[in-house]
Amino acid sequence: MNLLAVERIKLFSTRSPWWCALITLALAIGFAAIIAGATPADSPLTMPATLYGGTKFGVAVIMVLAALAVTTEYRFNTIRTTFQAVPHRSPALIAKAVLVALVALVIGEIAAFGALGLGMLMRPNDGLGLHTTQDWLNVAGLGPVFAICAVLAVALGILVRHSAGAIALLLIYNLAVEDLVQLIPKIGAHIHQWLPFNVANKFLSGSPGAVDGPPSSDSPLSPGWALAYFAGVAIVFLLVALGVAKKRDA
Amino acid sequence: MIEATALTKRYGETTAVNELTFTARSGRVTGFLGPNGAGKSTTMRLILGLDTPDAGTVHIDGVAYRQLKDPLRTVGAMLDATWRHPGRGGRDHLRWLAATNGIPDKRVDEVLALVGLTSVGKTRVLQYSLGMQQRLGIAAAMLGDPRVLLFDEPVNGLDPEGMAWIRQLLNSLAAEGRTVFVSSHLLPEMAQTAQDLVVIGRGRLIYQGTMDDFVARTSEHGVRVRTPHADELRAALTGQAEFTEADGAFLVSGLDSDRIGRLAFDAGATLHELSPITGTLEQAYLDLTREAVEFPAAAMQSAVPSSEVAK
Repeated sequence: MNLLAVERIKLFSTRSPWWCALITLALAIGFAAIIAGATPADSPLTMPATLYGGTKFGVAVIMVLAALAVTTEYRFNTIRTTFQAVPHRSPALIAKAVLVALVALVIGEIAAFGALGLGMLMRPNDGLGLHTTQDWLNVAGLGPVFAICAVLAVALGILVRHSAGAIALLLIYNLAVEDLVQLIPKIGAHIHQWLPFNVANKFLSGSPGAVDGPPSSDSPLSPGWALAYFAGVAIVFLLVALGVAKKRDA
Repeated sequence: MIEATALTKRYGETTAVNELTFTARSGRVTGFLGPNGAGKSTTMRLILGLDTPDAGTVHIDGVAYRQLKDPLRTVGAMLDATWRHPGRGGRDHLRWLAATNGIPDKRVDEVLALVGLTSVGKTRVLQYSLGMQQRLGIAAAMLGDPRVLLFDEPVNGLDPEGMAWIRQLLNSLAAEGRTVFVSSHLLPEMAQTAQDLVVIGRGRLIYQGTMDDFVARTSEHGVRVRTPHADELRAALTGQAEFTEADGAFLVSGLDSDRIGRLAFDAGATLHELSPITGTLEQAYLDLTREAVEFPAAAMQSAVPSSEVAK
């Protein structure tokens, strides 16, 4: 618990996490407002469309926040001071992953429910709301996805150590690579089914059915297993990062 | 007490620390001296478990650093005053560090007061002067009230007042029975602070012992004597001591100034000068490390003749 408190003090005593959190919320809720305003009056505002800002762009900013939480420590050498205080290293790094994940979870929930609330307020007659289990998954699911993304970003930050490198990798991968993989002839589509962000999208969007908004995932997993798979990928990455950090000279 | 045994660390082809064995005792300030690039900072990182040695061990009061529970309570260190997030306040920097080892916030305020930074605790570190950063680093080292303290070049870039403050602090810490291990490439600074010395060059141990022995061992002692009665003095000294004559003065070795004065008096020789020559610390240090400077000035000079060849 000490180490969680340590990471809490670290995270909230600098400015960039606050900015990242605000930007995430602004993107998620702002996009909801834009889409709600832009949807023609005769076609209803859908849930995936309302949450698009959070699922597509909010995730990216959350990962920047999480990666920075590690890479600034390497940048300013506070990671050395941390390892000096916690010579076994892994407990400190796990505490960081957990704390950042918790923060991402909270931001994700505020972003999702904020976006939904604003959508309902702007389009009261579109039947938007938490009517089905799928509605709940769509909205409340954003927090866990944010949390797992944060763990992935922390792991990558530990491995790469440079802010610019880690952020570039995360953003390029998240925004482009998974889509481009589909272009590989024959096997591309099969690989794409198992790529982590695509699978995470399966958890969020559920089985196909939505007309508007982002295309739903082609992952064969059920939403529950999709979340477990995504979490598993993040944990494997984190374990690799811990192993590397423990052996590496600080 | 810090004990290093056959400590070795390689980075690729370069051997930064080479079979280094030394001891830093409690209740003493031990100066850790060597030219730039001699391996001082690497050794410090090895002591703190930040780098893993390729061979050898280093123990703090008999225990490897990584085996220490709440290590900040045993070892405090300032390896680099710039190791902190510039956007974080000084007090917050100490708070997170204290929390890692379960040290209460009350102690944070104590060490801030100790180094005189209480009034700027909330100020972001990027606004600190170099001296203030150094003080914050020392506050961080003191957090756990440790028995062993490591400082890497603590006076670098400080004004004379700051240097005096650190010198005083190091001595009072040692007087309380703590082990104080301070690196420097500046010998005069060490001479005023350290009682013991560990000197390294190119990662190897050159000297370990007390500061006084260091000076004695590495400098030529002698007594310079001038007299208008050279013949009388020469006769009196012959057989008693070795001496040379130059510029109308005797340089006597093997006798102290008291005995020489007595001999001269008995021989009826008036003395105009009778002065013991002690080697300066700087000279002793330069003599010792001349062989071990990583980038000797001579190497740069050797590049010069090539242009003369071209003439």
